[in-house]
Amino acid sequence: MVLDIVVAITLFILALLIGVEVIGKVPATLHTPLMSGANSIHGIVIVGVIIVAAHADTPLSWVFVFFAALLGTMNVVGGYVVTDRMLEMFKSTKPKQSDSDTQNK
Amino acid sequence: MESLQSMLATPLGVIEWLVYLLASVIFVIGLHFMNSPKTARKGNLLSAGGMVLACAMAALVLVIKESEQGFAHAPAVGLLVAGIVLGALAGVISAKRVKMTDMPQLVSIFNTVGGGAAALVALNDVLNSQVDALTIVVLITAGLGMLIGSVTFSGSLVAAGKLQGLRWMRNLRIPAKNVFNIGFALLMFASLVMLCVNPEQRVLWSLLTCVFALCYGLVFVIPIGGADMPVVISVLNACTGTAVAMSGLAIMNIALIVAGALVGSAGVTLSIAMSKAMNRPLLSVLAGGFGSDAAGADDAGVSGTMKETTPDDVAVQLVYAQKVVFVPGFGLAQAQAQRELADLGMMLQEHGVEVSYAIHPVAGRMPGHMNVLLAEANVPYEQLVDLDDINSQFPQTSVALVVGANDVTNPAARRPGTAVSGMPILDVDKAQHVVVMKRGRGKGYAGIENELYFQDNTQMLFGDAKDGLQAVIAAVKELLA
Repeated sequence: MVLDIVVAITLFILALLIGVEVIGKVPATLHTPLMSGANSIHGIVIVGVIIVAAHADTPLSWVFVFFAALLGTMNVVGGYVVTDRMLEMFKSTKPKQSDSDTQNK
Repeated sequence: MESLQSMLATPLGVIEWLVYLLASVIFVIGLHFMNSPKTARKGNLLSAGGMVLACAMAALVLVIKESEQGFAHAPAVGLLVAGIVLGALAGVISAKRVKMTDMPQLVSIFNTVGGGAAALVALNDVLNSQVDALTIVVLITAGLGMLIGSVTFSGSLVAAGKLQGLRWMRNLRIPAKNVFNIGFALLMFASLVMLCVNPEQRVLWSLLTCVFALCYGLVFVIPIGGADMPVVISVLNACTGTAVAMSGLAIMNIALIVAGALVGSAGVTLSIAMSKAMNRPLLSVLAGGFGSDAAGADDAGVSGTMKETTPDDVAVQLVYAQKVVFVPGFGLAQAQAQRELADLGMMLQEHGVEVSYAIHPVAGRMPGHMNVLLAEANVPYEQLVDLDDINSQFPQTSVALVVGANDVTNPAARRPGTAVSGMPILDVDKAQHVVVMKRGRGKGYAGIENELYFQDNTQMLFGDAKDGLQAVIAAVKELLA
């Protein structure tokens, strides 16, 4: 029991530090997609919902599973799709620029 | 909660753990790729791949366990699948349909549902476990999960409503907000403590924790002004991450713990970066009151009248200018006039006028939002200039054309004692001529008059940004023909 929580807290804190380290390098231009991308990552809660479903014995817990699955999936699927839409636009200017570059040359 | 030892007792358990670890590593790499526009899209797809991997593993384990137990939890699994299908549909439809201008609201809504899901997982863990299985660790972590999840649920909902510009929500005021803030915070933590002390009365105390946390989320976000909403969303995003990590601690799942912690620290880092861009300490942003408490005596420095102009006159100024700087703000996005502005920029550029776009870090509703919108309208990347670089160029600028930007151009920010004091601004007032396109005579989000509008070298062009720009474009075409 003590082992479990110590391991879990160690993971938690190391992951916190990695987050700070990785995000610190992202330029302000990308902060909106980044926020949206990070937002979809916390949709990982859906994994938790799937695990919980294996222990759901009462009607009350079925209700919980249903709504948690509904909300969590909306978070994760919508989050990734919308982030991709945003980032697609950043990309679309690039080929045009390189096209005009090659034309100029 | 299963103990680590029992989880890792079977080969399947070890494989499951390692797959979650792999998914976590993929999330980190995906976030790392976000640091350059070139690799950002790849990073997002990678991160989505990690998510699919983790979900597939969890589903596989569920199926194996269920087949061993003769599908004892069939109703739960059925509802799970139904929830996932409906959620996926809702997510895809809303993400595909949303206009780029409404993006911040949608992110906030996704944050709302994510927080709700985390709270439900934690609540379920407390309510549907045997009492003797509820160790103090589970009670604290699950309790924090439901508490933080509930705060983000109601808080993000209010944030989304405010960003959507719902009038009744923007006008909402809470008298003695500090009393309510502190009161609900105390009540929710007290309920959490009671839950940990009396796990037998878990239904009562966990529900009370959720209810008070929901109330706290409301009174926490309602007093915060719209201009600060991006920071609030980022903070709430961090909260959801933490709530997910807490739920992960409660059910002892590495994927939830690591991904939740990543999002948590990412959110906090982003919030700090954003408050720095607005030159306001994070705590003062969260204390609220921007544009609600501070407004009032602020308009003292404003005198004189606004001078109106016509599209033809603006066109003449632009065509005979040497250097033009566009200052786009949220008004531009709201009027969906990005393309018109880009067209105007292109025409002037071809005529030999130097054109750049001044991008304030918080232009639009989120940092980088304006870059997204202008990229969508095919504005060349190198014409977008950020605050530090453009400010030194304003004195050499013949015409600064402000389209739907307000508070970020207010010179009052350089003086102490106003609602925008200390906020970094674009030095538009230093340009030789200023033209402001604006919907009406109303005030900005900060709720104070913009002194820029009353300057001698400033002219106002009232009306919808799209119509105004179209009129200017038509006039420019005539001049150039």
